[in-house]
Amino acid sequence: MVWARKDLLGLEELSKEEIELILSTTESFKEVSSREIKKVPALRGKTVVNLFYEPSTRTRVSFEVAAKRLSADVINIATETSSVKKGETLIDTGKNIQALNADIIVMRHNYSGAAVVLARNLDISVVNAGDGWHEHPTQALLDMYTLQEKLGSLKDLKVSIVGDIAHSRVARSNIWGLTKLGAKVTVCAPPVLIPPAVEEMGVRVTSDIDDALRNADAVNVLRMQFERDGQDAFPKQLGYFQNYGITQERLKKAKKDIIVMHPGPLNRGIEIASDVADGANSVILEQVTNGIAVRMAVLFLVAQARDKANETTH
Amino acid sequence: MQEKSKVLDKEALNRSLTRVAHEILEKNRGTKDLCIIGIRNRGVYLAERLAAAIKKIDNEEVPVGALDITLYRDDLTSIAYQPVVRKTEIGFDITDKTVVLVDDVLYTGRTVRAALDELIDFGRPRSIQLAVLVDRGHRELPIRADYAGKNIPTSQSETVEVRLEETDGVDEVVIVEKE
Repeated sequence: MVWARKDLLGLEELSKEEIELILSTTESFKEVSSREIKKVPALRGKTVVNLFYEPSTRTRVSFEVAAKRLSADVINIATETSSVKKGETLIDTGKNIQALNADIIVMRHNYSGAAVVLARNLDISVVNAGDGWHEHPTQALLDMYTLQEKLGSLKDLKVSIVGDIAHSRVARSNIWGLTKLGAKVTVCAPPVLIPPAVEEMGVRVTSDIDDALRNADAVNVLRMQFERDGQDAFPKQLGYFQNYGITQERLKKAKKDIIVMHPGPLNRGIEIASDVADGANSVILEQVTNGIAVRMAVLFLVAQARDKANETTH
Repeated sequence: MQEKSKVLDKEALNRSLTRVAHEILEKNRGTKDLCIIGIRNRGVYLAERLAAAIKKIDNEEVPVGALDITLYRDDLTSIAYQPVVRKTEIGFDITDKTVVLVDDVLYTGRTVRAALDELIDFGRPRSIQLAVLVDRGHRELPIRADYAGKNIPTSQSETVEVRLEETDGVDEVVIVEKE
């Protein structure tokens, strides 16, 4: 299996084999972070630009740490303090970054499809760090890696995704990736937070949290996204915690060793109870650690593919 | 690729490894502070075999590690295939140890250069020695082997292929002509 893509835009377009290659490459990169000197020279001389149109700390820092452990130089651009405020278009911003001889743009954008547009217009690599409601591929990859690490294989694994499915790129990327690797996915949310025709992605839909937890090997708890619709009263109106919050009480009815995941940041007492987030079933902090290895693998693979492509055309 | 000649068969390969094991023990006066680290892929199996041979001679266990040098290569973009990144596994501290680095073929010396860089990121060994099954010449860097199973003069149009039971189902070393 050879990785030939200069970009990572989403998991929808990837084959099962490509996803498996990223996950097996991740395994090797995880070891690097356990060394006393947590750095390898694989991307020495390369420049990675983090271009973030939406606030993000954990994803940006995770990409930054990943790039630095590969010896790349990292530049962070937060658009609130950049020329984007003066009206520069996305493509112009991208072309300016390309003109600086940067090698990889890691982009977070509030519009679905922004990463695809940028990648089509640039020769340098683009890694999607979340675009609107569309995809967040590295988050799904790190969720999948964590599951694989805990349970061996994703095949026939029962994974339930609980929360605001309609507005979640994390859910969408997880559904694409998990179903490609043979997992059985259930999505669970109040009916208003279930997107239309989601069954066509090959998932089971339920609005009953106990049904979603019963027999599940893992539950991925999504964050209620206040900032995206601007109404933090919303979860309370739905009685969200009472009806969908993951509590010890509810987990008692699930498999004893069910794995509890959450992409962070946590809203304790809204989608997840504190004692569950900190409890024995939770792998939330392991997800953070694995995120670095996944992003190292992705940065390495896209950089290598682009170098190869340049060599054959020049 | 055309196979030209077999330079080592199973018996000769094993005899070479046994001799190298003896030389390692002789040079280091035993196994104190000794460890063996193989370069992936075949170097790891050779390292394990050397450790087994040392155990047979001296009845001492020597720790064995595996080094994947992909992330330290200087030719990532110019090699024809895409290398698979595998895991480095060194389950012991190499600081103040004598490390015997093991590879199957010593050629340009660039793999060894990458391995030395990586090893030094793991700690500060007292010394590093190099053991190879085959030294085929044509060095591009000032690197030499402390122990060589066999020196084989080759031309650059040839390739030396080391085949091992663990990876190839057979123990032999052959010279093949590149097309």
